[in-house]
Amino acid sequence: MPRQQRGGTPAKNPVKAMKRVLSIVFGKRKAQFAFIVLCIIIVAFSTVYYSNFLGKFIDGYVTPIIGVKDPDFAPIIRALFQFALIVSVSVAFSYVLQRTMVGISQKTLYDIRMDMFRKLESLPISYFDRNPHGTIMSRFSNDTDTLNQLISNSLVQLMQAGITLLMLVVAMLMNSLLMSAVVAVFVFITIKATGSISKRSGRQFSIQQETLASVNGYIEEMMNGQRVIKVFCHEEKSKEDFEKLDMELFRSMSKANTLANIMGPVTMNLGNLQYVALVIAGALFVMLTGGWSAGYTLGALAAFLQLSRAFSNNVNQMSQQMNTVLLALAGAERIFEILDEKSETDDGYVTLVNVTEGPDGSVTESSAHTGHWAWKHPHKDGSPVTYTPLRGDIVMIDVDFGYVPGKTVLHDISLYAKPGQKIAFVGSTGAGKTTITNLLNRFYDIQDGKIRFDGININKIRKADLRHSLGMILQDTNLFTGTIRENIRFGRLDATDEEVEAAARLANAHDFIMMMPDGYDTMLTNNGESLSQGQRQLLSIARAAVADPPVLVMDEATSSIDTYTEALVQDGMDKLMENRTVFVIAHRLSTVRNSNAIMVLDHGHIIERGDHDQLIAQKGVYYRLYTGAVELD
Amino acid sequence: MLRILLSRVREYRIYAFITPLFMVGEVAMEVLIPTMMGLIIDVGVAASDMDYIIRMSVLLVLAAMLSLSFGMLGAWSAAKASSGFATNIRRDEYARIMDFSFSDVDRFSTSSLITRMTTDVQNVQMAFQMMIRIFVRAPIMFIFAIIMVYHNGGSLSAVFAVAIPLVICAVAIIFGRSHGYFSRAFKGYDTFNRVVQENLNGIRTVKAYVREEEELGKFSESADVIRRNFEKGQKMMAALSPVMMTITFACMIAISYIGAKLINIGSMETGELLSIYTYTGQILSSLVMVGMVIVMFSISWASMIRISEVLSTEPSMDPNPDGLKDVPDGSIVFDDVSFGYGGSSKVLSGISLEIRSGEMIGIIGPTGSGKTTLVSLIARLYDASSGSVRVGGHDVREYELASLRNQVSVVLQKNTLFSGTVEENLRWGNADATAEEIRWASDVASVTPFISAMKDGFSSHVDQGGTNFSGGQRQRLCIARALLKKPRILIMDDSTSAVDTATDAAIRRALREDVKGLTKIIISQRLSSVMDADKIIVMSSGRIEDIGTHDELMARNAGYRTLYETQMRGGGLDA
Repeated sequence: MPRQQRGGTPAKNPVKAMKRVLSIVFGKRKAQFAFIVLCIIIVAFSTVYYSNFLGKFIDGYVTPIIGVKDPDFAPIIRALFQFALIVSVSVAFSYVLQRTMVGISQKTLYDIRMDMFRKLESLPISYFDRNPHGTIMSRFSNDTDTLNQLISNSLVQLMQAGITLLMLVVAMLMNSLLMSAVVAVFVFITIKATGSISKRSGRQFSIQQETLASVNGYIEEMMNGQRVIKVFCHEEKSKEDFEKLDMELFRSMSKANTLANIMGPVTMNLGNLQYVALVIAGALFVMLTGGWSAGYTLGALAAFLQLSRAFSNNVNQMSQQMNTVLLALAGAERIFEILDEKSETDDGYVTLVNVTEGPDGSVTESSAHTGHWAWKHPHKDGSPVTYTPLRGDIVMIDVDFGYVPGKTVLHDISLYAKPGQKIAFVGSTGAGKTTITNLLNRFYDIQDGKIRFDGININKIRKADLRHSLGMILQDTNLFTGTIRENIRFGRLDATDEEVEAAARLANAHDFIMMMPDGYDTMLTNNGESLSQGQRQLLSIARAAVADPPVLVMDEATSSIDTYTEALVQDGMDKLMENRTVFVIAHRLSTVRNSNAIMVLDHGHIIERGDHDQLIAQKGVYYRLYTGAVELD
Repeated sequence: MLRILLSRVREYRIYAFITPLFMVGEVAMEVLIPTMMGLIIDVGVAASDMDYIIRMSVLLVLAAMLSLSFGMLGAWSAAKASSGFATNIRRDEYARIMDFSFSDVDRFSTSSLITRMTTDVQNVQMAFQMMIRIFVRAPIMFIFAIIMVYHNGGSLSAVFAVAIPLVICAVAIIFGRSHGYFSRAFKGYDTFNRVVQENLNGIRTVKAYVREEEELGKFSESADVIRRNFEKGQKMMAALSPVMMTITFACMIAISYIGAKLINIGSMETGELLSIYTYTGQILSSLVMVGMVIVMFSISWASMIRISEVLSTEPSMDPNPDGLKDVPDGSIVFDDVSFGYGGSSKVLSGISLEIRSGEMIGIIGPTGSGKTTLVSLIARLYDASSGSVRVGGHDVREYELASLRNQVSVVLQKNTLFSGTVEENLRWGNADATAEEIRWASDVASVTPFISAMKDGFSSHVDQGGTNFSGGQRQRLCIARALLKKPRILIMDDSTSAVDTATDAAIRRALREDVKGLTKIIISQRLSSVMDADKIIVMSSGRIEDIGTHDELMARNAGYRTLYETQMRGGGLDA
């Protein structure tokens, strides 16, 4: 599986991504946004106020009383009291600001996660074919984590620094245009310097992520193949190989981290140099404009220096946030990619409804659970709604299909399955057996031809209803964390406990379930790791049994299970198949014999069809497969 | 535990030691520079003393350069120390895991070992870098600043006697309480990831049963746990900066008032008061930094424990490097052998068995009857709990482990191919195998037919896990790989289950005819694979139920007969 590097790729269009993030965070919260900006402005103002206060306090209140006997402390107390009042306001607002922001950011992240998952569930199967699970997984974990950083921390800090910077710039410009020009030069240098460091560290981080991915990949592969390593005494060789990879990772990692660590000292000292330049420029300026009193004053210079220090502090803060922000925006872009994927479309308007059948064969729709089902078919031309009883009659006519346009993998597939018939597909890996069954439930849409379910084109049937009427027993059983009962009930949510148990009995699963510590309430974790392959298949059969669909698609498991369990599985399947239209994808030919029709597939074509005896008599491919002369899978 | 981890710094120790020194230098400059800036204004600019300004400016530029150099050197050495530390941990863990016995691996589980080598190492690396950079820097900053305050203000430092305990309490309470929420949120992540993972793996099942809404419900529950706990934790953390600001401002007000009095009576200068303001900020913020590092440290604590568990586990099997190197022949004797995994209930009991060199032995029996366990003891993948297993006349524990495993070749049930070429995979059996030997092993294992049909032949690429080959092809490659060892004994544990019956028979024929003298043990679910063996062992519930040839078992063993009849009825004409 190709490994996606994480967080290493830079954002393609950070500005666009930022706009979209902002609109998600604040789009529906205009009032809160205004409140936050107000808080930030108040906090910024009070910051400027109290950074000036101390100097003024010393000059205005402390210096005058030096050496004075029994001075009046009242003005000092008043001044300090005023100071306390203003900083309290500032503290209160910054607390409210942060709490509000936490609420907003966590709600936003929750919404984004929900949107992503809702999208995920709605995406067509082809999306999951194209994208490795690891990649999708890291959208949910790594990318939302960095986005969390951006929304809950960086955003406010950036806004705060931005607003403060704006006020400082205004103040500096009002103070002196010339001195501001000096600052501008340093801002330019700082941006250049941090830009070039960021760029190099970004590149270095991509390399690091790549080596990290290959080291982790190697670890994963070797840990999984550990028993083989031991059986072949390959331990020493494997240690050597690992050490080489590990050293490579050391080199790229220490380079990348060095560059990341350097950012702080560089910007900070650029700030220090700026200070020196300003002092010298200021002093020269003062002298050239004819002394302190005539033009630029000492007080003005001192104030400007204060302002410039605050300015470079804020620039530093912003530049240090930049890396996080850019990484988060790259993650945001990948999240948006998922959100912008096209969902599975469903134009179906034929629905499955409960009906009661009158003695004369007429069908009436019923809101009660009658156990009888029919397709409700409204007609576009205005003629009255028709009801077609659900029978399980499947017809495929001249079906062509390809996963990618232009590469047809199924050619001219036609077949007829009357209710209750059993159709088997046989052929080697890649012949197209599984593909055919994936077309029935519209995991994929056909390119040409027609598929009819009880005479209705399946494109007209609402997907959910189509899938409800088709049971699937997939090759690999997927069990979900939860009890055995919940896993069987996955087939039909409103099944009663009795129905679940009946289904388990039918599938021959009841006995082993009762042997489990908590019976039907035994918790399954990690895809049912405590169960054997055979037991998993029994549960899968029970799941289909509880759903009780008229049509069943069964993809036989290839893994070997012991003969006893295999007999149980076989028997369970046989019971389940009674009175249903069944499509079997056969990997063991023993299950095929009593099919009504066997389709032998090769490279997407049906090359032989007929029942067992006919095909054996034909002495073709089926005969060779059956006699074991050719490998099935 | 810390010692186990820290001893892994090894050759990077020098970097780990100099990093704090560079940090000290950087902090010294950081404390010095504001004072110099103040002097330029107070002395130079105020007196229009251009000489002084230039002189101090040069000094300031020098200080900035020094600070920059210290900072960059610190950045470099911290990166080197922490990356090196992580590299060594990974290497040691890997080497240790390679030396683990099968039962050690069982105990940890593969997925947990992977986490312990990846995510956990990254967490520890982060914490280590924080430690050597900030954990040293913050206390030094604190000490410098306290000294400066005491030096400048004397009795003013009494303010900090009140403030510092307050800050420590506030930091402890806020970090302590929010930590609880955060660790609950992180646990929530496990559920969250699990739901996503299950849906990715089972998307076809979900769609086939139209279960999207219910899965969304499960997902929203787990996302809500994360949201609630993060929100609570972060709201708690949001109090930190206001509390710190309040304490800082309270200090400043107190200092201003007391300072005004001190200046009034002449025991303090205004400039000193100004600098104390700066140091107040530094003292209090360094305490917060220490708190932050402690939080980081406690988050990575669990990772540290997991890593040191691996590093401190002694492999439970002695590789016996001084043991016998040569297995004289392929005979096997089990003498009243019992075995249980991890000391739990017996998987095998009272096994006595004699196999002559060169025989072909079949083993059948239901899942869990102990077939795999039985053969595992021959190559000493596990040690018998009691009784003895002898190979070539010697107890397996008398051999050097590697020699024994090289001469007793096991084709495992859950087998793996590795990414690389077909030839590289085969050479696992014997790195120095000649082209002729590879050809021979491929012929015997029926690999040649499908490999020669491939464009690149033996140089064809193998994906991780061999997923680009069919199950039957993978199994045949694994058999060829095992044959290349030229072993005395070949054990095939259900190794032809995906191979068609004709090829299966061809492989057995080749093994019998072309590899003379090799003892072959074949475990199978398919009777046809063992029917022609010299002896067939029927296992059930950890015991040998019966041993005999096919004909003998057909004659006397009812269970065997039933099995034969079911399989032949279903299986077709190939018997």
